Amino acid sequence: MSLAKPMMRGLLAKRLRFHLPIAFGLAFVAAVAFKYTVTEPRKRAYADFYKQYDAVKEFNAMREAGVFQSVRPSGE
Amino acid sequence: MHKSFSPAHRLVLVEGEEVKEERRNRVEGPEHSSSPDFNAASSNPATTMLRQAAGHMRGLLARRASVAVTSSAVRMASQGHEVSETVDMSRPMYYDRADVPLPDKPYKDLLTDADKSLKQKEKGPWTQLSKEEKIALYRLMFCQTYPEMKQKTSEWKTVLGGIFFFLGFTGLVVWWQRIYVYPPLPKTFEGDSQAMQLKRMLDMRVNPVQGFAAKWDYEKGQWK
Repeated sequence: MSLAKPMMRGLLAKRLRFHLPIAFGLAFVAAVAFKYTVTEPRKRAYADFYKQYDAVKEFNAMREAGVFQSVRPSGE
Repeated sequence: MHKSFSPAHRLVLVEGEEVKEERRNRVEGPEHSSSPDFNAASSNPATTMLRQAAGHMRGLLARRASVAVTSSAVRMASQGHEVSETVDMSRPMYYDRADVPLPDKPYKDLLTDADKSLKQKEKGPWTQLSKEEKIALYRLMFCQTYPEMKQKTSEWKTVLGGIFFFLGFTGLVVWWQRIYVYPPLPKTFEGDSQAMQLKRMLDMRVNPVQGFAAKWDYEKGQWK
C-alpha cells in the first residue's frame, strides 16, 4: 500500500487564500447593511425631529409639568 | 485495557467500566482504607471530582445492577488481588491523542519471542513484510488507530443531561429563595407608583427622537 505523500506545507496559506476574501466580503456587507438599516434612518429621524422643534414651547411644557428644580411652574 | 491518560479518555468512561469501578470502590472501602489513589491514579482533583460526581449519579443505578451481578466478583475483589494501579508519571508514557501523533514510548514494551522476531524482520526491507505482519507491527507500536480514536462517544448526552439537571436544580433553589429569602418589594413597584413614574418620564421628554417620549402623542394625551 503506497499512498500519495500528503501536503506538508502551505496549509495556512491555502486556508487563508480561501477564507480571507470571504471574511472581508462578509465584514463589508455587514457594515453596508448596518449603514443603510440603522444609521441612515437614525439621521433622518433626528433631522425630521429638529425641523419642527420649538425649544421654548417644549421648555414651557416641561416647566408646567413641574420637572425642573430651577424654575417652578408659573402658578406658584 | 491499557489506561491512557489524555484528558479526553479520562472523561469518557464506558458504562460497564464505571459500574465495575463503583463496585470495587465500595467493596474495597472498609478493607483498603488508606489507598486514596486506588481509583485510577488521577493527580487531577477536577477529574476525580467529576468522576465522583458522575459516580454518585450512577451509584443508584450501579447498586441496583451490582446486586444482580455477582457475589463472585465481590469475593474476587475482596481477596485483594486488585492492588492499586499507581502509574509513575515521571517516566515516558503512552497516550492515544489525535493531535499528538507519536507518543513517548511504544505501546507494547514486553515483547514475546514472536514479537521480537517480527521486530528483527522489520529491520530488513519492508516489502518483504506481509499485510498481517505490518498490522501486527502497528499494533505493537500503537494501541488504537486514528479512526478508533476518533470514534464518537455518547458523552455529549451526559454533558447535556448534567447541564439541564443542574439548571433545573438551580431553578428550584432560586424559587425557594424567592419565597423564603427575598424581602418584600418596595412600594415604588406598585401600579400607582409606576404610573406616576411613567408620567414623570413623559413630562421630562425622555428620548424624544426615537425612544420613549417619541411614542407618546402629546396633543391627544395617549400612546401613538
